[in-house]
Amino acid sequence: MSTTAAALPEQHATPAQGIWGWITTTDHKRIGVMYGSAAVLWFLVGGLEALLIRLQLARPGAEVVSAELYNALFTMHGTTMVFLFLMPLAAAFFNFIVPLQIGARDVAFPRLNAFSFWVFLAGGLLMNGGFLVGAAPDAGWFGYANLTSKQYSPGPAVDFWIVGLALLGVSSIAAALNFIITIINLRAPGMKLLRMPVFAWMTLVTAFLIVLAFPPFTIGVVYLLFDRFFGTQFYLPLAGGDPLLWQHLFWIFGHPEVYILVLPTMGMVSEVLPVFSRKPLFGYAVIIYSGIMIGFLGFGVWSHHMFSVGLGPVADSVFAAGTMLIAIPTGVKIFNWIATMWGGQIRFTTAMLFAIGFIAMFVIGGLSGVMHSSPPADLQQTDSYFVVAHFHYVLFGGAVLGIFSGLYYWWPKIFGRFLDERIGKWHFWLFMIGLNLTFFPMHYLGLHGMPRRVYTYPEGLGFDRMNLIATVGAFVLALGTIAFLWNVVRSRRGAPAPADPWGGATLEWSITSPPPVYNFAELPRVESRLPLWDDGVQPRTQPDHADVHVPPGSFWPVLVAAGLFVAGAGALLHSLIVVLGGLLFAVVSIYRWLFEPFEM
Amino acid sequence: MSDHATTQHYTSTGLDSRKLAMWAFIGSECMLFGALISGYLVYKGRSVVGPTPEEILNIPVTTVSTFVLLSSSLFMVLALAGLVERNMAKAKLWTFMTGLGGLVFLGFQYYEFSSFVHEGLGLTTNLFASTFYTLTGTHGAHVAIGVTILLTCWVQMLRGKFGPEKAPVLEVAGLYWHFVDVIWIVIFTLIYLLT
Repeated sequence: MSTTAAALPEQHATPAQGIWGWITTTDHKRIGVMYGSAAVLWFLVGGLEALLIRLQLARPGAEVVSAELYNALFTMHGTTMVFLFLMPLAAAFFNFIVPLQIGARDVAFPRLNAFSFWVFLAGGLLMNGGFLVGAAPDAGWFGYANLTSKQYSPGPAVDFWIVGLALLGVSSIAAALNFIITIINLRAPGMKLLRMPVFAWMTLVTAFLIVLAFPPFTIGVVYLLFDRFFGTQFYLPLAGGDPLLWQHLFWIFGHPEVYILVLPTMGMVSEVLPVFSRKPLFGYAVIIYSGIMIGFLGFGVWSHHMFSVGLGPVADSVFAAGTMLIAIPTGVKIFNWIATMWGGQIRFTTAMLFAIGFIAMFVIGGLSGVMHSSPPADLQQTDSYFVVAHFHYVLFGGAVLGIFSGLYYWWPKIFGRFLDERIGKWHFWLFMIGLNLTFFPMHYLGLHGMPRRVYTYPEGLGFDRMNLIATVGAFVLALGTIAFLWNVVRSRRGAPAPADPWGGATLEWSITSPPPVYNFAELPRVESRLPLWDDGVQPRTQPDHADVHVPPGSFWPVLVAAGLFVAGAGALLHSLIVVLGGLLFAVVSIYRWLFEPFEM
Repeated sequence: MSDHATTQHYTSTGLDSRKLAMWAFIGSECMLFGALISGYLVYKGRSVVGPTPEEILNIPVTTVSTFVLLSSSLFMVLALAGLVERNMAKAKLWTFMTGLGGLVFLGFQYYEFSSFVHEGLGLTTNLFASTFYTLTGTHGAHVAIGVTILLTCWVQMLRGKFGPEKAPVLEVAGLYWHFVDVIWIVIFTLIYLLT
């Protein structure tokens, strides 16, 4: 199974080479790599923002940044990490890995997939464009009304946030539709739903969450846009409007969003743990059902973000009970992961360490989560650093560690080179120590009454030492990130990876690393849930040569995205001509796209 | 539309991917319109100045436009039937009639909006106006997109480039069109009839 580049089979049409090849590509693997690269760059941006925040908070009364810049930093740190790092990095793995895992040659709509990436890039650039003109979004990642109103945020900062989010919403929904159809409809023969790898399953659940959660948020953003651009009064109490409407529309999206971030990584560790324990996943079906259950319950608990609003005892009780219920499927998953390792032949590779770290840290975040599912407790904790500690354990300890587990696991498949295990372990331990140093003290800070989102604190409140420890921790995390980047740079000279370096069970390990452009020379026929372990796939080895038609790529998706970018920029410039021009360009490009000969 | 060959391949469910995608998209659209309709209902009766819906909504006129839009769903069925039966004259006629029905509906909406503005109900007048215009305006935009799709299909039929082999495309367009009509029934009932 050693296909070298020179032995690649002939194709009817050769995909374009060089930069143009990447811009016009419709290959899910290349799109995945582009998503991943952009996400890692934004991880660095969001990380620098976090370091500035921690520097400012290291000492009482510090003046590293101004209060105004501090607002922009925590707003863009949250928005960037959620929308421009975690979601696109998960999308990178959806793109690269899911079609391989289900035995497909590409996604269902390759050009729509390219479009999703370019619109994501456009949205991310527009949103960060605020920094260039000194008007970075600064109303918090939740953008509560009526702080976002013209009266309280007169500058263009919130407009950058609105326009960026609108484009990111389009991108997310288009990508999610694509993955739903790909997973439902492009599975290889014999790949029944309950033979599908857990990562593909969690991708499916996540995609459904995106498709259903983003539209209400979009409407919330449209109302806000109308308030700011056209003078409507959706969120203005004087006109009878209600700022609470924004909170509902935001959290109806915002809570499922938590699971949009964490379910993909739950899928990743469900792939990593069995491989490095040499045991099939314990409770495969139950893990999947729990993931679906989490997806369902995730839609019914949004108001637990709003307990301090005073929705009344009935609403509070219902949302509290629903929130506590989520602990059940989550706990089921955790016990199944532990049972998977129990009695296994564990290999402590970097990927495995990150997966185990994910479980441990996610449990801590989950426990503090159950604590503030109780409204009386939440009223004490809300808007304090306790909440900051909680969601960083869930999102950094959970989602980030989990996603790095997947990254170390699939890196050799994606690039055909290993990441160095020794540097990888440095990366892991620096992250593990750094995140606990940074976020654990925040529990105490919160319970001692330190409020979120305030740019400084006076001396003598007992906050000094804990804040200094948290800042030191943040720099340990930065060292871990440097170790990771060094590892990436080094991997260009790393050891070449065979097709199946870890002894994996799923289909992506049956083809070369990196995979040929057509993925499978012959579509596999799957006969078991762990095809490479039970000899449950035909053919057992893929032929080296194949005469598979590969689509040549298309530049219309990137042009449609460019049109939307121009329209968004026009909105920020308050120029109707530019908006209409951008939209017209997008529509014309859509027509050209629809009538372009494109076959796969 | 030239993606036609794409889905003639093997699929796990045996269903056309484009059709499944439209169903999933319709699910997403339900949440979009659900949020808009909720916004309207939550703010119902909370406007601090007039005109109110009772004063301004013209139910007889909108009943006519609703009838036209719903009829176009029937035309859509006839158009697809014509294409499947390889009866191109029938397909052309009813595809055009469906698009025309949508255009007539949009004409009525233009008349409605401009008469409301004339009576003093601008976008920013009160909460009723803002929620009403965003909801019905979003629906109108959906109708306009549907009309564009249908008339594109019709032009392609006239040019002889859209024959029975494109029936799956017209079917997917039809799914979208029926959804736009069904959601209008909900809007018409909740906003015009239950004032």
